[in-house]
Amino acid sequence: MAAESGSAVEGSWERPTVFYNKKVKYLIYGLILLFFAYSFWNLRISPSRFVRGIGAGVELVTSMLPPAYTPSQRDLLIQGIVESIVMTIVATTIGIIVSVPVAVMASNNLSPKPVYYVGRSIVAVTRSLHELIVAIIMVKAVGFGPLAGVLALAFKTIGFFAKLLAEEIEDIDRGQMEAITAAGGTPVQTYLYGVLPQVMPRIVGLSIYRLDINLRHSTVVGIVGAGGIGITLLNSFDKYDYQFSMAIIAVIVAIVMVGEGVSALARRRIQ
Amino acid sequence: MLTVDNLEKTYDSGDKALKGVSFEVSGNEIVAIIGPSGAGKSTLVRSINRLTEPTGGRVSLDDTEVTGLDKSALRDVRRDMGMIFQEFNLVERLTVMENILSGRLGYLSTWNAFRRNFPPEDIKRAREILSRVNLEGVENNRADELSGGQRQRVGIARAVIQRPKILLADEPTSALDPDTSREVMSLLTDIAHEDDIPIIINIHEVDLAVDYADRIIGLSDGEIVFNGPPDDLDQAARDEIYRGGESIADREEPSAGSSTGSDDVIAERGD
Repeated sequence: MAAESGSAVEGSWERPTVFYNKKVKYLIYGLILLFFAYSFWNLRISPSRFVRGIGAGVELVTSMLPPAYTPSQRDLLIQGIVESIVMTIVATTIGIIVSVPVAVMASNNLSPKPVYYVGRSIVAVTRSLHELIVAIIMVKAVGFGPLAGVLALAFKTIGFFAKLLAEEIEDIDRGQMEAITAAGGTPVQTYLYGVLPQVMPRIVGLSIYRLDINLRHSTVVGIVGAGGIGITLLNSFDKYDYQFSMAIIAVIVAIVMVGEGVSALARRRIQ
Repeated sequence: MLTVDNLEKTYDSGDKALKGVSFEVSGNEIVAIIGPSGAGKSTLVRSINRLTEPTGGRVSLDDTEVTGLDKSALRDVRRDMGMIFQEFNLVERLTVMENILSGRLGYLSTWNAFRRNFPPEDIKRAREILSRVNLEGVENNRADELSGGQRQRVGIARAVIQRPKILLADEPTSALDPDTSREVMSLLTDIAHEDDIPIIINIHEVDLAVDYADRIIGLSDGEIVFNGPPDDLDQAARDEIYRGGESIADREEPSAGSSTGSDDVIAERGD
């Protein structure tokens, strides 16, 4: 029976669809297209509005060039950049010191279930808010200045660092831990000798990576008053001093590129 | 003297790995535990130092009842039991010296462990043991640079530096080639005689057990079915251990559907 019905369709084959059948598939595709169309209609960006936008953009760029600054602006620029770099280093250090125990808590092979859920919750909360939102909250909490920025960046570091380190810890070889336990080691000694050596390259790599990210973010949190070069940039826009804005942006790009290069070099060394 | 009295282990899955096992080990006796996969050999050895928590019965080392100790007292008694593992369980990224010294962690404060601050007598002894296991000159190599046989000798050195009252070896030769296996077995027997401590070796190569052990314990389906000198291990005894009493003549396929079900194997390979 099966052979008879099979012979009719022996020469044709269709890739099974992830949807129930073809009708459902085209219906869903149609709905997605409809949603795109609605989105465009909703925004109602007319061609003339688009052309006007391009015109304004060209005007802005021409007024920004060439980048320039007065001697007093140069002092502001240097002060802001140094503050951003210092904030980055302090925030990354604090963030990592806090992250390591959180990572141990948030790994299901080292922590009992209740502790694990607490650790995962800390990670989830610190990941759920954007840097700028955290920075605004910190400015409200501790006032304007680099302290708020450091707290915001350190807070964001926990979510990133602890999550990725916890995943690394969950992949370790239990046997190496077990050997320390069998020799009579305390839990802390077991972490120090049986776990830490296994995840150390990852800790170094993540630290460098996060330093890189924090450097970029430290230039942004200043916009909401959390210290660093960001506030200088915002002020220059407010004063229509676009040439100074361009100078600041160029310096930020240069610093981030240097940071990127150093981190690439460092990561290559520890592989 | 180690006394195992009516030891039982039932895994959460319901598998009864040990069904009331009793024996004694004393002096500088070398006891080989043999039996088919899934008979409970690994569970038995690991239950002695409670890496696997037994669900019934008692284990005593000299006058200390190991079962029923709290965590801190269990750590103290684990210092007196050296353990040697099938997969060596060396901390791969640490040096050979650190791996050997980790056998002394039970005697070290966590702060000193963190700083690698081992007492001079431990370091002196580590060097002595290194030459005793024929590994002079590799103390600064990382453990993952060594060959299998060298790694197992580091594993043995780590257990010996504990100055244990007994050595537990869980399949110490399974990951090694036949020649290296014999080297490791004769090293273990030398240690038993020189340090005057008993060794329990869980092993699946019957020939090695017969050649090196003073006494053989045959385990089948969680029960002791043979306990005597190697000379008494005749064909009938082997049949009892490996085929549940049936001789080779009785059946063509010794493994399929035997009394040691394959679900026990999964339970035992849990480590």
